[in-house]
Amino acid sequence: MSATTGAPPVADTDTDEMVTVRDLDVSFGATRVLHGVSMSIAAGKTVGVVGESGSGKSTLAKVLVGTVRPENGQVTVDTIDVTRISHSQRGAFAYRRRVQMIPQDPFSSLSPRRTIGQTLAEALDPLHARVRRYSETIAFWLERVGLSADMMARYPHEFSGGQRQRVAIARSLIVEPSFVIADEITSALDVSVQAQILELLAEIKDSLGVTMMFISHNLAVVQNVSDEVVVMYRGEVVESGPVAEIYADPKHWYTRTLLDADPGAPGFTLDL
Amino acid sequence: MLYVGYVMFAVVLLVAVIAPIYYGDSATAMTSTRNSGPTGAFPMGTDGLGRDMLARTLVATRVTVLAAISATLLAALAGISIGVGVWLAPRRVREASLRVIEFWVSYPAMLVAIVVAAILGRGILPAVLAIAVANTAGFARLTANLAAGIASRDYVVTARLMGVPVGRVAARHVVPNMAEPLLILIAQAFAGTLVELAGLSFIGLGAQSPAFDWGSLLNEGVKKIYTNPILVVAPATALIFASMAALFIGDGLAAAANPRSNTSRARMLRAPVPAPASAATPVHSDALLVVDDLSVRHNDSGKELVSHVSFTIDRGEVLGIVGESGSGKSVTASVVAKLLAEGLTASAGRLSLAGADLFDNLSRKDLARRVALVYQDPGTALNPALTLGSQLSDVLVKVLGQKRTEARRNLVERFSEVLLTDPEGRLRQYPHQLSGGMKQRAMIASAMSTNAQLLVADEPTTALDVTVQREVLSLIKRMNKEMGTSVLFISHDLGVVRALCDRVLVMKEGEIVERIDDMAHLSPESVKHPYTRQLLAATPVVHVPGAVTAGSEALR
Repeated sequence: MSATTGAPPVADTDTDEMVTVRDLDVSFGATRVLHGVSMSIAAGKTVGVVGESGSGKSTLAKVLVGTVRPENGQVTVDTIDVTRISHSQRGAFAYRRRVQMIPQDPFSSLSPRRTIGQTLAEALDPLHARVRRYSETIAFWLERVGLSADMMARYPHEFSGGQRQRVAIARSLIVEPSFVIADEITSALDVSVQAQILELLAEIKDSLGVTMMFISHNLAVVQNVSDEVVVMYRGEVVESGPVAEIYADPKHWYTRTLLDADPGAPGFTLDL
Repeated sequence: MLYVGYVMFAVVLLVAVIAPIYYGDSATAMTSTRNSGPTGAFPMGTDGLGRDMLARTLVATRVTVLAAISATLLAALAGISIGVGVWLAPRRVREASLRVIEFWVSYPAMLVAIVVAAILGRGILPAVLAIAVANTAGFARLTANLAAGIASRDYVVTARLMGVPVGRVAARHVVPNMAEPLLILIAQAFAGTLVELAGLSFIGLGAQSPAFDWGSLLNEGVKKIYTNPILVVAPATALIFASMAALFIGDGLAAAANPRSNTSRARMLRAPVPAPASAATPVHSDALLVVDDLSVRHNDSGKELVSHVSFTIDRGEVLGIVGESGSGKSVTASVVAKLLAEGLTASAGRLSLAGADLFDNLSRKDLARRVALVYQDPGTALNPALTLGSQLSDVLVKVLGQKRTEARRNLVERFSEVLLTDPEGRLRQYPHQLSGGMKQRAMIASAMSTNAQLLVADEPTTALDVTVQREVLSLIKRMNKEMGTSVLFISHDLGVVRALCDRVLVMKEGEIVERIDDMAHLSPESVKHPYTRQLLAATPVVHVPGAVTAGSEALR
């Protein structure tokens, strides 16, 4: 368990838990962004993380990816202790390939000057990014996310937001990660496109057994894809548990407020 | 202009290649005709050793242009490497380097060039290096600024997380995505370099005899400007011609890269013959807005963005338009507010708002009294450099002619109506001091302050959290109920629209595919068009197990 070797440090946890976060604190300067956050994700399950802007859900994602260092607490992903990974180590690269993040904005996530094939090849082979060597794998994944193989040679500007998000999903899955974080991936999309992307995610989750953290401010969207839900408010987890339980019987006032603010919810009114 | 530049530059390059071959001898041959004025044999005169100035100028083109090109490319290469490198370096190195670049840029390039050339010594090569050093700062700063935007983009962050080495990230993702502005800067820097090189030679630091470039020729000519003024004409003309060529190319590239310079102005046309549909559209006597047979076309491609759309909004009514991106809903709203984007042409049989014909030249005051707007992103709708008070009272003061104090009082009242705490303090705050929800409330307060009869709200809650969305929707509803303001509400989310609107139009590919009048009983069975049904099915709704009873009990 030495932090100086190239191999990722191993922590002892239950083997069926892919992600474990215990008493996590994160501060940016004097501002405490996360406080005492604990959660876990079992292998093959999807956990939805809900909260408003500023609730700390994106920071939690960054800690799990390894770009934000925690102040306190234990963070373990796929038996690797994330807090012990240093930036320059080979272990860090290995780790980052095991954990993939799908970014929020489909218009910023693909380089405008690289073809879709080049983008996917880069994920497979960061150094050389040769499309021809990996064309079969790339074609397979493009078709897997509902695009066609001949789109490989095209540039991002030829695609709609929904199609780009499919490419981003393909890029995150093509390296066969053990854990995927989807950060508000449908919030920039139209509702009908959002529905298609959610359908795709649900189908991929079932067939590939991917472990996923799905971040959103929309409870209805979270409910569609998640097995469990974690509600965050001002940097703390205020409630967590199986989706059906939390939605039917929210214990915390904030969860109730969130549920009532959904335009389709029974408690929704427009009276101030 | 771009092509003029290309042609001029091609001439310069041609001369640079050919002139030394044909005139190389006559440029250095000493004749007995010394210090001659313009004659048939020597149209640009001869220097003190009897050498032909025209031939010398033409021959000097090669040295001058080569030196300018190498200095520009050296500066570009060094500057771009520094600018990109800074953004891929650790944070502390980056901060320190950015300060160094700022310091470096603050010195005039010519001054730096003279100092460096003085250290390196006389000659063309030292001059080239000196100018490259002086111009590197400009490239470094521009590249650092451009790279700042690109380095935070998700594709760069993702590539780095994937383990792509820093150098490859720079070459694959950062540099290609700032190619246009860099090309423009290179063209402009080339023009500057020509002049700077000439300047160094002019003060005796550049080309040393027997070598010569335009600058040293100019230097010789100026010494005799009172006795034989023709000597400066050839090198000066050459210098101006070549730098103009580079400037034309630079400006032309800049203009081509700027989409605004290529678009024609927005036009609104009255449809020549009233379409038959107009007779079929009954117009209520209390209709506030009448849009009849509206079509909007993209001028260049001829593509129709909105086709034959007709609708009315009654006084006190909330009309929703639902559709996906590209359905034409926002374009329709922009016509109503007379804010049609450039490059588009709108035509309609009738377009009237509160008794005024929107085809007429409405005064700003008349328009402000009729229509107010709330946009999607409150972050970009407000000017970050001005306080809320000064920017939101502008329309009241400048367009509606209220006094500044009166306008501020009006705003304070509206701010408290939209439940912003400490309304007077908020007027003195800048947009960044407010959260997204507060900014959108301030925008609604501003829209209310003009007492406009129609509020056009284009996706006003899309960028907001659900709880804030509910507050903003409530405010719009209240504005509608208490002040009788009619609302045109644009959204892609049928769930949001059904909560607020009296009637809804569903748009797809520029056409209205369904009109829903009975919002209370909206269900997949009550709608006719399959697209509406698809939208309804796609709208995410929280399913609360056993909620029907729980929800209705809560309402009682």
